Amino acid sequence: MIKVHDSVTCRRGTVIIVAAWLICSGLIAFAQTKNSCLDCHSNLPEPLGVSVETYSQNIHAQKGLTCAACHGGDANSDDPETAMSRKSGWKGKIERKQIPELCASCHSDAQMMKKYNPSLRVDQFQQYKTSVHGIKWTKGDNKVAVCTDCHGVHDLRAPSDPRSKVHPINIATTCSRCHADAEYMKPYGIKTDQFANYEQSVHHDAMVVRGDLSAPTCTTCHGNHGATPPGVANVTNVCSNCHVFQAQLFQTSPHKDAFAAMGFPGCVTCHSNHAIKAPTDEMIGAGPKAVCMNCHTAGDAGSMQAEAMHTQLTNLASAIAASDELLSRAERQGMEVSQPKLQQTQARDALLKARVAVHAFRDSGLKQDTDAGLATTKLTYAAGQKAMQEWRFRRVGLGLSLVLIALTLVGLGFYIRSLEQK
Amino acid sequence: MASPVNNVREWFAERFPLDDIKALAQKKKVPLHRYSYWYFLGGMTLFLFGVQVLTGALLLMYYRPGADEAFESVQFIMTQVQFGWLIRSVHSWSANLLVFMAFAHLFSVLFLKSYRKPRELTWVSGMLLLFLMLGFGFSGYLLPWNKVSYFATAVGTEIPAQIPIIGHPIMLFLRGGEDITGSTLTRLYGFHVAILPALATLLIGLHLALIQWFGMSVPPGVEQRWQAHPVEKKEIRFFPNFVLRELMAWYVALGLLGALAALFPWSLGVKADPFGSAPAGIKPEWYFLSMFQTLKLIPAKILGMDGEMLGILAFGLIGAAALLLPFLDRERPFNTRRWITGLACVFLGYMAIMTVYGWVAK
Repeated sequence: MIKVHDSVTCRRGTVIIVAAWLICSGLIAFAQTKNSCLDCHSNLPEPLGVSVETYSQNIHAQKGLTCAACHGGDANSDDPETAMSRKSGWKGKIERKQIPELCASCHSDAQMMKKYNPSLRVDQFQQYKTSVHGIKWTKGDNKVAVCTDCHGVHDLRAPSDPRSKVHPINIATTCSRCHADAEYMKPYGIKTDQFANYEQSVHHDAMVVRGDLSAPTCTTCHGNHGATPPGVANVTNVCSNCHVFQAQLFQTSPHKDAFAAMGFPGCVTCHSNHAIKAPTDEMIGAGPKAVCMNCHTAGDAGSMQAEAMHTQLTNLASAIAASDELLSRAERQGMEVSQPKLQQTQARDALLKARVAVHAFRDSGLKQDTDAGLATTKLTYAAGQKAMQEWRFRRVGLGLSLVLIALTLVGLGFYIRSLEQK
Repeated sequence: MASPVNNVREWFAERFPLDDIKALAQKKKVPLHRYSYWYFLGGMTLFLFGVQVLTGALLLMYYRPGADEAFESVQFIMTQVQFGWLIRSVHSWSANLLVFMAFAHLFSVLFLKSYRKPRELTWVSGMLLLFLMLGFGFSGYLLPWNKVSYFATAVGTEIPAQIPIIGHPIMLFLRGGEDITGSTLTRLYGFHVAILPALATLLIGLHLALIQWFGMSVPPGVEQRWQAHPVEKKEIRFFPNFVLRELMAWYVALGLLGALAALFPWSLGVKADPFGSAPAGIKPEWYFLSMFQTLKLIPAKILGMDGEMLGILAFGLIGAAALLLPFLDRERPFNTRRWITGLACVFLGYMAIMTVYGWVAK
């Protein structure tokens, strides 16, 4: 009997302990997630207002941080006086000049960041201090970009979120908010046409129109936190991150030393920087649209080499177009030309390689590729001609066959009539 | 003095009943009346079947069944083999004309009431031959292993899967697995070049023997008139008069086939890619289009039952009714003949409208 009583007491004790633990856990969790600031600020107008929806999409809020993480104060208190008291560490509006250091207080703390995103780098502030923005900020320039200018404040989202201001597809627009504002940029004496030029470029087309997020945007060439204009000597290195073969060939070309001697940056001398258009074969040679003639004069060795390269490229491009036209015509007539059409891709590849080989700026460098391409187009053109000959042969054959059939039918008709008249 | 030709003929006559066959052919008569032209459709269908056998045998010399080789072998036939394009195009066009001609023959026989006693079995063998021709069309469609045929076969083999209990096993039997693969190709190839031709040869033999045995049917109206006025009865000799006329029809069909093959060579398309996406608006061959469109239009649920399954069931019932049509045709106690003609007209109109609708629908 005593044993039964002990067992019941013991069970009751366990239940009480578990219930107490659950209540405490709930209170702790409530205490951690309570954000009383929003109770008032979600009802206030701008600039003090922050809607619940905006805040809920903030990456910091999603990680469990409250307003107090940046602004200080006691987010657990429902009393505004207590919540926004200096005693509770409330800072109020963060001064613009304090923003980089405030962000760095967490983002440069490896131990702190490990809790939230162990793979995130913690050197952004160090990089920022090496950037043009950061250097000017250090000198007290309060107009230059700080963290929140690019990342946002209360609507701050992860860069991988397409709605983030620093998502690849939005970066150029974000940068342009300052760099395309002539009035704002006036004290710095730099151009403000970069975004307008970029919008016309092949890179913008790839990024925005085709949605290729690997296409370059401002930060790809200038860096992000350490943003700085690439120096004359570094431009080729920047472009070579993607355009590897062109850069390698340029390094072996006579232009490398010539450009260095004249103080010309590598790639952008011919292709420009922000307004990089899709290159055409007319860019090389001695024609009116050839960039070579910006430095070379007609008849000099360089212009003759350029013209020779232009001729090789256009010959191959014309040969490909001629084969394409002939094969398409044959295909429209119902001829089976899928094999030569497939072969045409080899000629196109050869043309692509030749266009890359241009960057060695020697006509001999293209010859191997253009010769291979021309040999292929010779075969495909011959296949197209054969298909059209075959098509004509079929028509003639059909005509003759139909005449023979008609004659046979007439003969049979007469024969049947003669049979039945007997 | 006996000529060498006469010697050979005599030698042959002693060993083969050539003269008996010749006498039989000359004795055989074909009725001559205003509907006699419809008699040519059966012969035209037979001619096109012969074209299929001949061109199919030639294609077999180069065609290689297999997911890795089929498309390339047909491409080789069309571009490298001398007159390969012609053989392949004629085979494809002739297949379509054959199905068209078989349907035309069926409806001509139906409207002329040629299926009446004692020709019920001739009708049944003809219907079975039509089903076989559709089977030829379905099994041959995948053989070039191009994108359209691949996905059309996927859709086509999915349809019987809707039948409860036996549907899935039928689909597995047709596909040789859950998906359309090289196994499906070799399986349908086997049907196309061995099983179906063997069955078709037997049935054609039976069909022709029955026609030979019972002779050409005369439409009821003409028959009654001839019975009332025997002097109006006209006949021509099967050989050579009818055969020569049939030959003229065959020549016309040959010219039409040649023109279609030369002016509109049958496209090879793009090689099938099982991992690629299905082309938009995938459709079967025109002779399955009316059924396909009907299944597309049927509501998902009819009286709580699966609409597509009911559609398939209806097609099965229509097929069975068509097969047994001579046994449903009677004058007493109820005259069903007019009903059959009326229903056949409605069915023909429905098939034509649905085929056109399916053709233009996206």
